[in-house]
Order: sequence, then structure tokens, then C-alpha cells
Amino acid sequence: MSAPSTRPASRSADHGALPGLAELCPSDLSLEMFRRMCRARHFDEQAFLASRNGWLQSLVYLSVGQESIAAAISTVMGGAWIFTQHRGHAAYLSFGGDIEKLIDELIGLPTGCCRGMGGSPCIHDPNIRMIGHEGLIAEHVPIAVGAAYASPDSPVVCFFGDGAVEEDYFFGALGFAATHNLKVLFVCEDNDLSVLTPTSDRRSWEIHEVARSFGIRAVDVADDPWLVHHHVSELSRRLPAFLNCRTCRCYWHVGAGQDGPPEWDRFNIVKQQLAGLGLENAAATIEAESKAEIERLWKSRLQTPSAT
Amino acid sequence: MEKSVADTIRDITRDHLEQNNGLLFAQCITAVGWIQNTVPPHAPGLVELPMADVSGPGFAIGAAIMGRRPIFVLRFQSFLWLAVSPLVNYAAKARDIWGKGVPIFIRAIASEGNGTGPVHSGCYHNLFMHMPGTLVCAPMTPNEYHEVWNAFMQQDGPILVSEHRRSYLSSAEMPDLVRNDADVTLYPISASRFSTLEAIPILEKMNIRCNVVHILWLKPFQLNARVMDPLKRSGCGLVIDPAFEIAGASQSLAYDLMLATRRPVKALGQEDRSPGVANRLENGTPTPQRIVEAAVQLVRNKTTAPSTPP
Repeated sequence: MSAPSTRPASRSADHGALPGLAELCPSDLSLEMFRRMCRARHFDEQAFLASRNGWLQSLVYLSVGQESIAAAISTVMGGAWIFTQHRGHAAYLSFGGDIEKLIDELIGLPTGCCRGMGGSPCIHDPNIRMIGHEGLIAEHVPIAVGAAYASPDSPVVCFFGDGAVEEDYFFGALGFAATHNLKVLFVCEDNDLSVLTPTSDRRSWEIHEVARSFGIRAVDVADDPWLVHHHVSELSRRLPAFLNCRTCRCYWHVGAGQDGPPEWDRFNIVKQQLAGLGLENAAATIEAESKAEIERLWKSRLQTPSAT
Repeated sequence: MEKSVADTIRDITRDHLEQNNGLLFAQCITAVGWIQNTVPPHAPGLVELPMADVSGPGFAIGAAIMGRRPIFVLRFQSFLWLAVSPLVNYAAKARDIWGKGVPIFIRAIASEGNGTGPVHSGCYHNLFMHMPGTLVCAPMTPNEYHEVWNAFMQQDGPILVSEHRRSYLSSAEMPDLVRNDADVTLYPISASRFSTLEAIPILEKMNIRCNVVHILWLKPFQLNARVMDPLKRSGCGLVIDPAFEIAGASQSLAYDLMLATRRPVKALGQEDRSPGVANRLENGTPTPQRIVEAAVQLVRNKTTAPSTPP
């Protein structure tokens, strides 16, 4: 057994911070990113309750704590093909996915986005160009790269976690994207955990450095939405590129439970920053409206005759 | 001059690449005469894959999702062990899970002998038969290859085309051989069809008369009159396959045939041992001699066994 795990120095809520970004950002963009964060956060809080109450037929992989990444990227790369892994609620909802269809999918209804076949980890919706994940970790990464090869005019965003980058086919995909100069933004939602095993127990290298060794531009930053937005705006102009995003998963790897408080919760940090920007009231309104709407939709869908 | 199987594959491929905006993914495309002369040299849409055996099929699947109907070529079926995961777990499941299939034409080339031993010997189409969502076939003639290609273009899922090097230079079609006085019905698959045709005259000299029903489609395997009637009349059958016998195509088809006809059907495939490089240690497609021995045993058992129910 190796020495006790240690957190890497780069793992902090302000890793890679660029002062003043939030202040420079137009208010409507700041609020739009927050609106998308709210959509994912409130959806998953309801999913948490539904799972805990035994109303869901599927294993549920919650995005709570990680919402800011997809929320920010979606404001830059809307219309791109989206490939996500099992923790895909935030990406689906940020890129315009239908809330009711996702609720129905989790409940197992035929009106779900995969007719109940996929559940939480296999979200697929061609209406928003989101291609489903089959379940094996990182298997979608070569598929995303192949899609970018076959359809070179359409950019691709491929989300995965810090465990996925250790899969052998991930490296093949990275190399193919670099060789053919494909329009892929690789996004690692790095919560430092593969289920419960920290990165330092699994590997000695950093994935953004591996990406650079392939000649791919790579950035390693925290999940501050303004920071993510800034870098994705730059990276998306010259793909392929790699974004490693340090973030925190608030709940269990799968299911509705919590082992302890997260290292940080970006959602609360963003609310404080919005208040500092004089947007407290606007943010509170967005949050209240989002929460009410999503609670209403969950309640409505759970009352359908075939639910639960 | 009649076209060989290799000519046919190459022509179909060229048409697809030039006229359908298709793609062909493979490693070492120029190797050994452009993959035994089955790939049109320098055609558009040829994608040279890196030596990344596990991610390679993923690239082709991505291209299929984007509508390019890719051909994915494995120069040896031994590579299927690495490539199989995205193909059966993603491409094959897609239609069931998401309601839209992933059309990908998987050319997997079986080989044996010539010192390939434990490395590149083998035929593993049974891997795909086991999982839902993939059509599985083993064309050995030009017309069969056209049939398989047309089937691929008319549906939206993956298809595993289990090829065999022994077929590439052949231009012959292989019609079924059915006679009313047959003692046994042989169901050969892939390269065993050539071995079976070599075994027939040997068996005839031993006064054993054979039906031969050639098997093109392994999945779905259709139990129709063409397949069952000769067996019912001859009273026993033998399914012959270049793949491993245990839990393989030969046992699977033999089981289906027995249930459907109530006639004894034996399976014959690769022996349950690793093939070696030396000639004496090879373990490939059942030889004519093994086919003869198995057929003789079946016919002998039939004459000594209690009569089968109608």
C-alpha cells in the first residue's frame, strides 16, 4: 500500500485564477451562466430526493457541485456535438436538454429522452446534438473524435472525468485528434476521485501535461465559470484543445448520499461573487424561478400514472 | 475473367468511398498488397489508423454516427479481442438504447497456418453472435459478398463480416448440394466450406452420401426449409466451423438444428487448445480428414441408434 493520499497543490477553488474576469464579464452573460447552473443544481437536488425516496428506477449520477463547467462551456460552444459520460445531467441541461424528458428518463417512462433505456448515465438527445454514453468509462472519447473526423465542420465537446483519462483508449483518441487536427474540445471534469480513490493513489502524472505532449493546447484551472468561459473562448478558436477543470462532486459517485462536505461548492461561491457584482437580486430571482419551475416539473412527472 | 472475392470486395469498397462519401478505417492499409488486394489503392476516404487497437473502432463508430457508413477492417481476427468492446457495447446496443443504429461494416479477416500460430490464427465471429445488435455473416463467394453488402446498406446497425483469407482468390459460387438419398447433412461455415468440398469425394468413396447446406448468415440463423428439410431426410447433421467448437458458432447452430428437427447434429470446430507455430501444432479450420471422421461417426451412430421420432 502506498503512502496516504495527498491533494495536489493545483487542487484549489482558485487554481489558475485570473483576477477581474467576473468584473469584466457582461452582466447578462454572468447571469446566464448562473441560470444554467441553477437548472442543473435544482434538477439534481430533486433527483437526489427522488432517489432517496425510491422513486427512480435507475442508478443516478448527480452533477451537484460540478455544474459550472458545462454551464460556462455551453455559453461559448452552443450548437456543438456533445459527448458526455455517465455524469451528464449538467451537460444535458446546460446545452438545452428538455427537463421533463430527463425526469421521465430517470423515472423510466417511455417519454424519457432514451425511452427509459438509458437512465441517468446514458443520456442521448439528437435534438441538442448530444450523443449517448454507453457506460464503459471513456469509451465515448474515441467515438467523439471519430465524429469530429467524419464531420469536420462541426465542433465537438467531449466531457469525461479524471478516471476516464487513465483508460488506454483515451490516449489513442487524444493522439488521433492531434494527428488530424480535429475540432474537439476535451473537457476533464477533474473531481480528483475515481469513485472514492483519489488521483494521487492512481497515477503520478497530470493529464493536461499529457495533452500538451501530443501538441494539444491544454489548460488546467478550477471550475470558476468566468475562468472556464475565458479559456474556452480562447481554446475553441483553435481546436483540438484540452481543458482540465478542478471541481468538487458534492454527493456520492452514484446514488443519493454524501460522505462529507465538499472541498468547495462552486455554486455558493458564484452566488457570493454575483452579489459582489451587484447582481444579488437578479441572481436570487433566477434561483427562485428555477427552483420553483423544476420542483413543479418533478412533482408533475412523478404523478403520472406509470411513474414509480 | 470472373471476379474473385478480393476483386469484389475492392470494387464494392471503391464504389462506396467514391460515390457514397464513405470511409474505410484500418491499420497498415498498404500492407501485403493493400490488405490482400481487397482495398482500392489511394482511394478517397481511406483512414490510416494508429496502432491503437482499442480506440480504433471508436473512431469508426463516431464516423457512423455522423452518417458516413464506415468500413472498419481488421487484418486479423485476433485483433477482435481488443476491438470488440466499443463494437458490441456501443455500436450494437445503440439501436436498442437510443433508437438509432450505428451502421458500420466490420471486416474481420480470419487466417491460419503459415506460422501464424498462437498470434494471428483464429476465427472469432462467435464473440459477436453472443451479444445482441449485430448481424454476423461469413461470405465466401463474390455473390455472397454482394448480398452481405446490400444487406448492410439497407439497415442501420453494425454487421460483422467474418472473412477468411482462403476465399480471396476464389471466384466460384457454392450452391447447396442436396440429394434424396443422403446419409448426412453438412453445414459448413466460412473456410470450412472449402474443406467440406474436399471431404465430399472421400466420403463418397466410403459410400457415405452427403448434403451440403452452405451457411452464410450466422446471426440471424434462419431455420427455414432450405436448412431443415435436408437434415430431416438424411437423419443427422454436422456443423463445421473454423472457430473454436466450445461455445462457438458450430455448437450454437447445431443446438438450434437439433431442437428444430429432432435429428442428431454434431458440432465440429477448432480443438480446445492453443494453436502452435509448427505445422504439427496448428489448430485451424477442420481438415477434410477431421470432417470425414466426424461424418463417418455420425452415420455409424445413426445406424445403431434407436429410430428418431418423425
